[in-house]
Amino acid sequence: MNIFKKFLDGIGTNRKSAKVARERLQIVLSHQRSDGGDIDFLPKLRHELLTVICKYVKIDQEQVNVQLQRTENCSILELNITLPSAKEQTA
Amino acid sequence: MVKSESKIIVVTSGKGGVGKTTTSAAIGAELANRGHKTVVVDFDIGLRNLDLIMGCERRVIFDFVNVIQSDANLSQALIKDKRNENLFILPASQTRDKDALTAEGVERVLADLRKEFAFIICDSPAGIERGALLALRYADEAIIVTNPEVSSVRDSDRIIGVLNSRTQRAEQNLEIKKHLLLTRYAQGRVQRGEMLSVEDVQEILAIPLLGIIPESTAVLNASNSGVPVTLGPVSDAKRAYQQAVAVLLGEESQSRQKGWKSKILEGLKLFTRSPA
Repeated sequence: MNIFKKFLDGIGTNRKSAKVARERLQIVLSHQRSDGGDIDFLPKLRHELLTVICKYVKIDQEQVNVQLQRTENCSILELNITLPSAKEQTA
Repeated sequence: MVKSESKIIVVTSGKGGVGKTTTSAAIGAELANRGHKTVVVDFDIGLRNLDLIMGCERRVIFDFVNVIQSDANLSQALIKDKRNENLFILPASQTRDKDALTAEGVERVLADLRKEFAFIICDSPAGIERGALLALRYADEAIIVTNPEVSSVRDSDRIIGVLNSRTQRAEQNLEIKKHLLLTRYAQGRVQRGEMLSVEDVQEILAIPLLGIIPESTAVLNASNSGVPVTLGPVSDAKRAYQQAVAVLLGEESQSRQKGWKSKILEGLKLFTRSPA
């Protein structure tokens, strides 16, 4: 970065809010663009997962938890399925 | 017969309250000032406001939905502006029926308007629901109204995505021309680093700049009195809208019509630009 620019940025003790705005936008938009701005597939994904799992294990609808978490560098699809205990299954 | 130069331009933004209706009225009126026969169409069904901004609220008898449902013909619903004979408005209906607008109906009415008008300005409602999607669906070009503020820029980015995927032109693999119009811009705050600069917004959204409308008292004065900014007294906002229309018509490029202030800023930036 240019020294003059650094000098300008250094004026005033607070970090300039416009700069913060620009950086926040760049991050949020890179996510928004990468998933086409569309995360509406989650309910459908949950439903389809449930259908597949039900073919093998008898589970409760409420026992499937699908979550999409975002960090700066990657997205994590978290899938949490509580299987019934063997005792309940045979019951 | 379709007017050879007939153009449908949607004024959109995603976010509400950024100046879509003000812009639709100002740009529509300026096109009419320049001798182009222009109609401004209000797509905000249920929340009609263009009539108020353009000062013809007491002359609304039939509306867009009446025409779509064939309860009235187009000539009955079109309101001719009293100040400029080239300027017309097609008001929105106040119905609460969300399904009043149909794709077929909108397409038919726009096709009829093309026969008579050189410019059809579609004033989109906020959001990305039915009204907003239909307002942009048949557009040839889009003006994306953005405030230098995070939520507006984010929503504009989203709308650009919608324009690239949900318009008829996009479906036909044709390009839809997009223009960035930055409104409520405060140069002083930008210089103090308190507001996103035009360069910041342009870099993020990556579409060509149509113009910068400064934060101006003239805008509220215009809406108070029902006179589009470009039909009102001389003001900074009026000049800015006139310049934007010149760019829209391809008469001058944005870069050539900057004021002395931005020219000086530009000069300064030659020294301060980082080599990113």
